[in-house]
Amino acid sequence: MYRYDEFDAQFVRERAEQFRGQVARRLAGELTEDEFKPLRLMNGLYLQLHAYMLRIAIPYGTLSSRQLRKLGYIARKYDRGYGHFTTRQNLQLHWSQLPDVPDMLLELAEVEMHCLQTSGNCVRNITADHFAAAGSDEIEDPRIISEVLRQWSTLHPEFSFLPRKFKIAVSGSAADRAAIMVHDIGIQIVRNDEGEIGYRVYTGGGLGRTPFIGHEVGQFVAKTDILAFIEAIMRVYNESGRRDNIHKARIKILVHQIGPEEMRKRVEREFAEIKASGTLQLPEAELQRIAAYFAPPAFEELPYTSPELDQAKTSDPAFANWLRTNVDAHKVPGYAIATISLKRIGETPGDCSSDQMEALADLMDEFGQPEIRVTHEQNLVLPHMRKRDLYALWLKLDALGLSTANHGLATDIISCPGLDYCDLANARSINIAKEIARRFADLERQHDLGELKIKISGCINACGHHHVGHIGILGVDRKGVENYQILLGGSGAEDASLGEILGPGFDSEGIADAVENVVATYTKLRHSGERLLDTYRRVGAAPFKERLYAR
Amino acid sequence: MPADRAFAAVADNEPLPEGPAIVSLARFQKERDSLLARGEKLGLRLEASESPEPIGADVHKIALIVLNVPYFRDGRAYSWARLLRTRLHYKGEIRVTGHVLRDQVAFFTRVGVDSFELPRPASESELEAARAEISQVYQPSVDGRETIWDLRACRRKSPAS
Repeated sequence: MYRYDEFDAQFVRERAEQFRGQVARRLAGELTEDEFKPLRLMNGLYLQLHAYMLRIAIPYGTLSSRQLRKLGYIARKYDRGYGHFTTRQNLQLHWSQLPDVPDMLLELAEVEMHCLQTSGNCVRNITADHFAAAGSDEIEDPRIISEVLRQWSTLHPEFSFLPRKFKIAVSGSAADRAAIMVHDIGIQIVRNDEGEIGYRVYTGGGLGRTPFIGHEVGQFVAKTDILAFIEAIMRVYNESGRRDNIHKARIKILVHQIGPEEMRKRVEREFAEIKASGTLQLPEAELQRIAAYFAPPAFEELPYTSPELDQAKTSDPAFANWLRTNVDAHKVPGYAIATISLKRIGETPGDCSSDQMEALADLMDEFGQPEIRVTHEQNLVLPHMRKRDLYALWLKLDALGLSTANHGLATDIISCPGLDYCDLANARSINIAKEIARRFADLERQHDLGELKIKISGCINACGHHHVGHIGILGVDRKGVENYQILLGGSGAEDASLGEILGPGFDSEGIADAVENVVATYTKLRHSGERLLDTYRRVGAAPFKERLYAR
Repeated sequence: MPADRAFAAVADNEPLPEGPAIVSLARFQKERDSLLARGEKLGLRLEASESPEPIGADVHKIALIVLNVPYFRDGRAYSWARLLRTRLHYKGEIRVTGHVLRDQVAFFTRVGVDSFELPRPASESELEAARAEISQVYQPSVDGRETIWDLRACRRKSPAS
């Protein structure tokens, strides 16, 4: 994985000291809260309902064991002994104290981490496919360009006060595990007919109040041109994005209002000018330097199958269940990708305790795993497990309460923190996630239902990605009472689509029943092999409405 | 460089005084010929919503361009300064005025701004300190500063030093 050189290291240290100065000016009254706010936000610090929340950047979701151990330590020393992994592959600490934050930033800098641009109206942490370098369908590791973009966007002088936040996601394969179609910019690594690797670029996607699927603005952008192309998009947005209404300020609204064709024209014009100036050519040597850090580990030559694995599978049915959902094919024979679910029934989706983080870091070392990944679905991934070690890993995960076998199933629910923590939320979401997980806890039933993505947001800002859930749940405030709308038919994968609101919402007592009714409608109507999403796409909303709203 | 006080800011309905004056873009567009014929230094004030692009080649006849920032979170002026330098090739002074924090001085300097009128006036040494808080930059910009990428490239060429 990427390692800081002295320049990166100096940068994050200076940034932490700069923030110490800003905190001091705020505490001295030299900065108003209004003026301090964007400064702290660009360092990942939110003021929430009960306390400050520090959002730690995990670039493209990759952590070393040393970093994970440090996160566990920081969460215990400065917070309440746990952290919350988010849909943008970051880690949130929900109980931070303002005067501690500069020290927390320095602790993070020690392990080459920071909170830079995890909030604020700037380019946010770049996210990427969590199966990078392991997925069998990959064209190129998406983290190479993600790291280039991380550096390029860090304290960008022209784009640090954009109309609104700006999220970029990168996918290295045709299968989209990074939800690139619902980002401000989505980058897909592609190969053209000549066999060259380049980038297909989408813009104008997004969730929130007004969801849109992104439009292609660059069909094949050459490697050396990618920074110029991205800068062109950013510039069109910075000059023309709306600033009169915070709810209409994202680039998706601009693209929608001027149309994708006009957007393409404006981007092309800027791009041609930047390219002609030659100032933003991606330096080949720098690209090579960064790429070298992402060279795959030295894989052993292993047989495709493992007798240890096969034996454990037969003798331990619980392990077999875990294998079925939480282990994916690796591109190297004898290896596998293991997903560690943070969705244990009864727990808060995405939460991980300091003890668990430290224990996982130990397991990484024990099993020779240089990296662990955070997924946008709020789980963790050990990308390069030897198949023969899987059972030993699983036994240890089981002892840590981290062996839940539900990846991709009904109880693998994405949920934002909701009104339990968040200043913006209109409704709680964690309790709803827990209740639905409890209802669907039976594993046989979950397997019968197959892939079912349930995503819950406690407000219209959609941190829980409810628009792209097969079943999406949106919490709203209806005359002071929490109310939950159901959306069906969304997908954040390569078949991206936005869910549609089914009808009137349900109260917190009724929402789990409503989800059961949706599922019952599906099981009645499904054809063999159909997921709930497929059935919905085939039959439409009518039968679901009938079941949920029939009098 | 310190803000040049010799320029008088002139409202659209005021007559022009003797000496260097700063007028709005609208006034410039309406009275271009007479303003340029005065034989005095001319300054233009652009509001956040006004792109400098319509000034075109006339930009070379302007001595000072003032970019007004109504609210410090409105970041359009960064792109306007950049555009003045790289598309219009403007060589004169660019000044930023309005609601600007010292934390923004480094960014503005990088995109080609020369001088500042801050709500809380800052000395040149204070501005310099604000610029120096982060000593290296990652990405190229108008200022042509050596980037971290350049520094790494240098090191690759002469690894011994």
